[in-house]
Amino acid sequence: MAHADTHAAHDHDHDHKPSGIGRWLFATNHKDIGTLYLLFALLMFFIGGAMALAIRAELYKPGLQFFDPGFYNSLLTSHALVMIFGAVMPAFVGLANWMIPLQIGAPDMALPRMNNYSFWILPFAFTLLLSSFFTAGGGPAGGWTLYPPLSLQAGDSFPLTIFAIHMMGASSIMGAINVIVTIMNMRAPGMTLLKLPLFCWTWLITAYLLIAVMPVLAGAVTMLLTDHYFGTSFFNPAGGGDPVMFQHIFWFFGHPEVYILILPAFGIVSEIIPTFARKPLFGYDAMVYATASIAFLSFIVWAHHMFTVGMPLAGEMFFMLSTMLIAIPTGVKVFNWTATMWKGSMTFEPPMLFALAFLFLFTIGGFSGLMLAIAPADFQYQDTYFVVAHFHYVLVPGAVFAIMAAVYYWLPKWTGHMYNMRLANWHFWVSTVSVNVLFFPQHFLGLAGMPRRIPDYSTQFTDWNMVSSVGGFVFGFSQILFVILIWQCVRGGAKATDKVWDGLSHGLEWTVPSPAPYHSFDTPPEVH
Amino acid sequence: MANAHSNDKYYIPHSSPWPLLGSVSLFVLMAGAALTVDGSPMGSSVLGAGFLLLFALLFFWFRTVVNENQAGTYNLGVDQSFRMAMRWFIFSEVMFFAAFFGALFYVRELALPWLSGTGAKHLAGDLLWPQFGGGWPTNGPQALGPKGDSSTFETIPALGVPLLNTLLLLSSGVTITIAHHALRAGKRGVLKLSLAATFILGFIFVYFQGSEYHHAYTELGLTLGTGIYGSTFFMLTGFHGLHVTIGAIMLLVIWLRVMSGHFTPERHFAFEAVAWYWHFVDVVWLGLYIFVYWM
Repeated sequence: MAHADTHAAHDHDHDHKPSGIGRWLFATNHKDIGTLYLLFALLMFFIGGAMALAIRAELYKPGLQFFDPGFYNSLLTSHALVMIFGAVMPAFVGLANWMIPLQIGAPDMALPRMNNYSFWILPFAFTLLLSSFFTAGGGPAGGWTLYPPLSLQAGDSFPLTIFAIHMMGASSIMGAINVIVTIMNMRAPGMTLLKLPLFCWTWLITAYLLIAVMPVLAGAVTMLLTDHYFGTSFFNPAGGGDPVMFQHIFWFFGHPEVYILILPAFGIVSEIIPTFARKPLFGYDAMVYATASIAFLSFIVWAHHMFTVGMPLAGEMFFMLSTMLIAIPTGVKVFNWTATMWKGSMTFEPPMLFALAFLFLFTIGGFSGLMLAIAPADFQYQDTYFVVAHFHYVLVPGAVFAIMAAVYYWLPKWTGHMYNMRLANWHFWVSTVSVNVLFFPQHFLGLAGMPRRIPDYSTQFTDWNMVSSVGGFVFGFSQILFVILIWQCVRGGAKATDKVWDGLSHGLEWTVPSPAPYHSFDTPPEVH
Repeated sequence: MANAHSNDKYYIPHSSPWPLLGSVSLFVLMAGAALTVDGSPMGSSVLGAGFLLLFALLFFWFRTVVNENQAGTYNLGVDQSFRMAMRWFIFSEVMFFAAFFGALFYVRELALPWLSGTGAKHLAGDLLWPQFGGGWPTNGPQALGPKGDSSTFETIPALGVPLLNTLLLLSSGVTITIAHHALRAGKRGVLKLSLAATFILGFIFVYFQGSEYHHAYTELGLTLGTGIYGSTFFMLTGFHGLHVTIGAIMLLVIWLRVMSGHFTPERHFAFEAVAWYWHFVDVVWLGLYIFVYWM
């Protein structure tokens, strides 16, 4: 859809970059804003990661080593909030900013100033959130799910957490609106919806999910705030409310939210595997419909997070069966990725290695999810380390590995330089081995009955906790390799070609030079 | 397709300080709100500063956009982007209200029956408050009087001021449609009058809503703290009233722009966006009237 109808002349010099700090503070360029998002996400990844390492240090052996339980709970709560809202979501938005205009043949995002607004809200929101560590009573300690009545017993950190979440929500909604409008209104002529690259498709559906559920989270935390400070009784049975109602509203947001954290990852993997298998993606249409089906199902499965809360039997049955349905479209995706590689001329460059690790390890997380979906079995697993192992498998070697795969795939396009392949391989192998050492033993701990969200544990859990902590520290410190690699690649390196990857690199982003021009496309390219 | 006018194909706005300053103002506002509810002595001044900054920011940002638009820099593609963005923004607002309507339905259909000892989860009522009847409206079992009833407050009858307010908002929906037709037909006089009528009706609605709140607080014993009825009633109608206020201010701004000669019969996105917003506020009110006041 070209904006062929124009009636004003502009004197933009398309290769002129604004200079100085103003380029970043007042940015309207999708690449600059994308870079800001990605760097912010990287910073938050290390802050959240430091919290995770503190947690693993405490759990290295039974007894209390370093922290009192209250501070441990704050670390745990903040780790989740920082990683979800500060690392994974902004990283995906950063990738969307960089890649969507390049992939659809647009000069920029549709609403560049709102784009900058949605980025700059984030550093302030996290300043608010993390400053709560210095208030009376310490940081938020009721878990990122903020269940009342526990969350209502927090100290002065409580309103800071709530208002920080409001700001993150506003940022996400603006970012999502921008993605939808860009994809729907800025596509190059001839790029019909079913020619859209899968990264754009998955982001489009993710954006719908964001707009539908972030306001629901805003409503839920607003009710918490008024229950705490203004005497309402939403979650207080004495006033006729119900604390379980919070869990329903929260997970109505929360389950689509976990797909918000994974659907763009599906898109990234669907871009990378065909390139390095040198075959077109198997079942493109099926991938699109599977993504849409997953998004639809995400709205009707939320109470599988609350099987043990005391729901009517009909509720347990419905949410168990609807949850199992998700395995079908997800199975379609895993099948199609595998079929894409069938008889392909495979090579194993770093992006492909990360994508393959994603495929195997995300599927492990998916299968443990199916186990958790069985309501009677979940009564055993609920609130144990099995749940922790499950969602970390889908989020770390799932979402985070996909983000790393994307960086390794597109970094030469961004910087114009190839990166150090040897270092990237080291990063991959150390990360992949250590992430399994970190999280796989947590399955055993959970099945043996170790509860989650607790700083101390019974001595029979010691061995696997030690293994897990060692894996955690190796994984954490191996990410320094990633930073070194990015730093080197930005500074210099072998010149990257336009296509970067010789195989079947497909899509408009490979038709522009590396590094991509400041305004990606001056005129809409023709797509056939 | 490359030609001398290739830059006209797309419009890229120049960089702007407003997004960053918008983030700063939001930060001051939110920090002020947090300090206020935590009881900090400097809370209210930070909160006030936050509001001032935000209003100033909105004024300057919108002024920039209006000026650029008047200078003719926005092409039809930009217009289309604005339209789509506004629609999705309104959808996000719908979902915000859905959370509160969902709470109302959940409490009335599930939580209260269980608390009163009926339904699948009747044990809650049986064990906690066996004498609680769970009818609607209720302020919950904590307020059980000596006779086991909880009718220590009165509700606002649907047929009084709320019905009048319904008529006011529906009429404003008619007047804004008249204004839109007049704008498209180039009848600026009708446009000015009916747009003015629209925001005046909106402000009258807000005034009546305020007086109803006053009545509820001072005479009916109905407050935000009146159990789950007070919670759902004031949060739903309160957020709606806030949206009517914002919508009426938006209408007023649009009216001032009409008075300054802005908008053409073909190009008037801001007018339409505000009209959509106004209809959204109208529809939410109908939901409130049915489910909060009437049923």
